[in-house]
Amino acid sequence: MTGLILYSTATILVSVSFFKNQAKTKQALIKAWKGFSKLIPQVLVIMILVGVSLALLTPEMISTLIGDESGIFGVAFSLIIGSITLIPSFIVFPLGGVLLENGAGYPQVAAFVSSVMAVGIMTLPVETQYFGKSVAIWRNMSALLISILFTFVIWVVMVV
Amino acid sequence: MIKQLKTYRNALIMTGVLGLLWLVDPSIGQNATQTTIDAIMDMLIFLPPIFIFIGLMDVWVDKDTLVQYMGEHAGWKGIGLVLLLSAVAAGPLYVAFPVAALFLRKGARISYVLFFLGAFGTMKLTVVIYEVISLGMTFTFLHISVNLVLFLLSAYIIEKFITHDQRAAMYKRVKETG
Repeated sequence: MTGLILYSTATILVSVSFFKNQAKTKQALIKAWKGFSKLIPQVLVIMILVGVSLALLTPEMISTLIGDESGIFGVAFSLIIGSITLIPSFIVFPLGGVLLENGAGYPQVAAFVSSVMAVGIMTLPVETQYFGKSVAIWRNMSALLISILFTFVIWVVMVV
Repeated sequence: MIKQLKTYRNALIMTGVLGLLWLVDPSIGQNATQTTIDAIMDMLIFLPPIFIFIGLMDVWVDKDTLVQYMGEHAGWKGIGLVLLLSAVAAGPLYVAFPVAALFLRKGARISYVLFFLGAFGTMKLTVVIYEVISLGMTFTFLHISVNLVLFLLSAYIIEKFITHDQRAAMYKRVKETG
């Protein structure tokens, strides 16, 4: 569905652009291809890493490690897993729901969901390529800290 | 040919790791391969249109316009635009990096770009629906409000901490990626 919207919007915009200025449109598409082909090799590496790590970590294993009673340890574990793994966002939340149903606690799921969306250890090389090492590291550190604070809020509001 | 091999060196090494997993435990290997293929398909769906948007924006949006909306003195306009962009955004966070690089290249203020990366991971409308269904209204509301405020705060703090040299190096870097 999202794909359909993206592609129809792209098609419409390219058509409008082509109608207005062919040379500019050609230039835009060349730029698009350059950017795409530069990112592909690194993203391929990330994808295989994701596949391998998700296969080694089964959902049952995750549920036992971040259950209701796992407390701070469970939160820390969720943060680590969330920071490392890279899961499409429309899978993250249903997965969070499944984890809750399987006995995971709200704070642990909060830690996982927030860090999975905002912290990207796997994508750090890509981020560094764009913004430099220090900015990439600072951004990820702050995103991790924010995930911890959010987890704390969820803990206070939904558990205590 | 050799240059291409070098570019894909790490990808080839990882494919080797995947093959090794097949040898050690075929079922885990198969599982890993399936997840990898799913993730790659995901990428092949999301990335091409995103890069077409970036390409079009690059040639059509001129620097002055972007500076007006996301530059040093854009004020609330910058924050509003970031919120709007991240709400209609789609795809995983690594999709946002080249977009953020384009903003920087066109003269956007660093804090807005950092806030964009934070907001991108928090409030995509397409995903918020899944979040409400799976984790409930209270959770979703707290997630979006707490994280947005904190990401905005951290964007300003990180911007303050970036030295002049780092800033120059960053703008030079995003120029090269374009």
